[in-house]
Amino acid sequence: MASEEVIISLNNVVKQFDDFKAVDNFTLDIKKGQFVTILGPSGCGKTTTLRMIGGFELPSSGTILLNNQDITLLPPYKRPINTVFQRYALFPHLNVYNNVAFGLKLKKVEYKKTNKKGEEVVKQRHLTTQEIDELVYKALEIVDLEELEDRDISTLSGGQQQRVAIARCIVNKPEILLLDEPLGALDLKMRKEMQIELKAMHKRLGMTFIYVTHDQEEALTMSDMIVVMNDGVIQQVGTPEEIYNEPVNAFVADFIGESNIYNALMTGKEVIKFLGQEFKCLDDYPVNERYDVVIRPEDIILGKPGKGKVDGVITQKVFKGVHYEYVIMVGKNEVIAKSTVAFDEGPVSIDLKPDGIHVMKKDNLSNIFTNLEVNKDDSVDLSDGYLDLDLTQIIKDSSKDEDGYIVTKGGKKFDFTGAKVSIEVPLDKVELTDDTEAGTLVGRIISSIYHGDHYQIVVRCAEDEDFIVETEYTFNEGEEVGIKVDKKNIKVRLKGSVDDYEI
Amino acid sequence: MVKKILARTYLYMILFIMYLPILVLIAFAFSSNDVISFSGNYNFSFVLFENLFSNTKVAKQIWTAMGNTVIIAVISSLISLVLGTLGAIGTFYLSKRKKKAVEFATQIPIANAEIVIALSLTVMFVFLGTYIFKTKLFSFWTLLIGHVVLSIPFVYLNVKPKLTQMDPHIYEAALDLGATPNKALMKAVVPQIASGMFSGFLLAMTLSLDDYIVTEFTRGAGLLSGDAAIETLSTFIQTSLKKHAVPAELRPLTLFIFLFVLAAVLGLSIYRYHNDKKGVRKDV
Repeated sequence: MASEEVIISLNNVVKQFDDFKAVDNFTLDIKKGQFVTILGPSGCGKTTTLRMIGGFELPSSGTILLNNQDITLLPPYKRPINTVFQRYALFPHLNVYNNVAFGLKLKKVEYKKTNKKGEEVVKQRHLTTQEIDELVYKALEIVDLEELEDRDISTLSGGQQQRVAIARCIVNKPEILLLDEPLGALDLKMRKEMQIELKAMHKRLGMTFIYVTHDQEEALTMSDMIVVMNDGVIQQVGTPEEIYNEPVNAFVADFIGESNIYNALMTGKEVIKFLGQEFKCLDDYPVNERYDVVIRPEDIILGKPGKGKVDGVITQKVFKGVHYEYVIMVGKNEVIAKSTVAFDEGPVSIDLKPDGIHVMKKDNLSNIFTNLEVNKDDSVDLSDGYLDLDLTQIIKDSSKDEDGYIVTKGGKKFDFTGAKVSIEVPLDKVELTDDTEAGTLVGRIISSIYHGDHYQIVVRCAEDEDFIVETEYTFNEGEEVGIKVDKKNIKVRLKGSVDDYEI
Repeated sequence: MVKKILARTYLYMILFIMYLPILVLIAFAFSSNDVISFSGNYNFSFVLFENLFSNTKVAKQIWTAMGNTVIIAVISSLISLVLGTLGAIGTFYLSKRKKKAVEFATQIPIANAEIVIALSLTVMFVFLGTYIFKTKLFSFWTLLIGHVVLSIPFVYLNVKPKLTQMDPHIYEAALDLGATPNKALMKAVVPQIASGMFSGFLLAMTLSLDDYIVTEFTRGAGLLSGDAAIETLSTFIQTSLKKHAVPAELRPLTLFIFLFVLAAVLGLSIYRYHNDKKGVRKDV
């Protein structure tokens, strides 16, 4: 279905709103006839991206090319692209027929005419009533709304309104159809039906569809290609199978389907250690480095105690119809497994095949902040708070005297006020508290991913400074927390020479 | 039961207080007496109607005032309609903070006493006339500006709720389907807010028709009054009151105005009832 011809390409597209970046460096080529889904949690910039393609927002930088022509600044009414809006945005003062005919009545077609001098000239005319009639009825037939053309919009059900919104777009034969969470307002059963119907419609029309959703199942069901976004940045682009089986990072693994994510260490060639055991894997990555591994619950092989690689204890068993879902404790780590075989609560063994283990590079090993300026009281301003630093780290065997200067054993005095430094805070050394007054910084939890025995949490402070924190305590996404870091745990690196600060 | 009695009492009191004086006035339109008096003869005749349509000075004055009033009301409410609607649409698509600021600014003239608006306008016109234009500014135009200032907030306030009820993406949907911004506004947004625009326009008309304070402060020569200061119905009645009784010819005029308004209200009600029953259906 999809040809090799690129229909639309976004190059380094950035959208900056007043004080936050909604979309950052978005680069993507979409081939003609593809069904592409942009998938991500709410606020990840997916709708903003769609609106830039539709022409409702202008990118702060970057270009958008349609069939190799720059359309970055083209207004929406000049783009051969139509949008199905989230709440349909039908025209309530018009009936079904006139809603669908809205675009056609505005359209002008070129035709050739011989003028008095016998020359052929190209003129423009509106479509005739007959032409419009024909196109509208055809579109209504495609969306299964025949014989409803005289109905008022307000008398239609949600599903029918949805179909009118689609008909209103496809009747114009756009090159690209944009769909902004179009099924969000429908109930579950209707949504499943529309998913299948949309997919069929895409096949029949051969149009390029760009679909935006936060529903991973919807994305996996319908798409030829999925673009996973988080925080304005593309995380991964691939087919549904690629995204599910080979997620590139913990975010994608966690967002798409259910998964167990653990900290792991490469201990040998294609050997990785997690859950206290070494497993054979298929990824050949540098040895002695830390990674994340993803295990899908259905890839875990359960057996009698002692038969598998690791022993654990089933603490919870839920019957799900086709399979059982187990929660198994392996030491301090929690493992979620799915199996069609029934096991009783109690001891069990776990085994994994090499292809059931997916190794991913770690996103971040510590929090690094650069280009900070040291204040008089040995702190640095960060976000809208501060962090206290231990500046004696900069010079070996130094101490702080009563005036606040750093003194070496040899008696040299240093004043680092105004110095530029970089600091590094290990993930597990950041303390979070519910009391926002207790820390020196305040942030909001924007993601929390469970890694077997701890959570990896991303805390966003003002000015978009992110802290990645490993903690065994649960925090809810969206919660405001105080951030505390012991100054002994902050590594400080001075920019430039120490000698510049001697007094 | 008590509620019913209260509701009825309220209704009858309103009807009595509001409509009785009008009825009395109408009744005396058919009397040849100079003043309205319940003692003495009623003297039924059509002489006041004859006088109103005759060539007498008073009749001329009345028709001049009437003409001025209508001209100003129509022009000023049309201008208010356009400006107020555009303002409401523009503000609707502003960011939240800016929206609040604009809304606050439009509320002030409504809460404010009319005399303050009238005085401040006068001060502004005097200032501009003395220091900038070096001529006396008071004319039809200052009067028009005064009436527009008075009624814009009411148009704005009538249109705003219609916009809030509307799906905010409707404008974008029209653009998306190939409408230029102007067409999108006319074909997609305006139909959604038309009823608000209409009631805003009516309110602006009413305000302008019977306005006295702003008119008195901002009027100058022009319109049907020629070289004299523009006389509207309200200023005319006020001036006549100062000298002697209100001209008796105003009584039949009141009858005409009342009948006109009655017809308008009835027509509107029938139109609305009809639409509610059938469901509005218009073409693009």
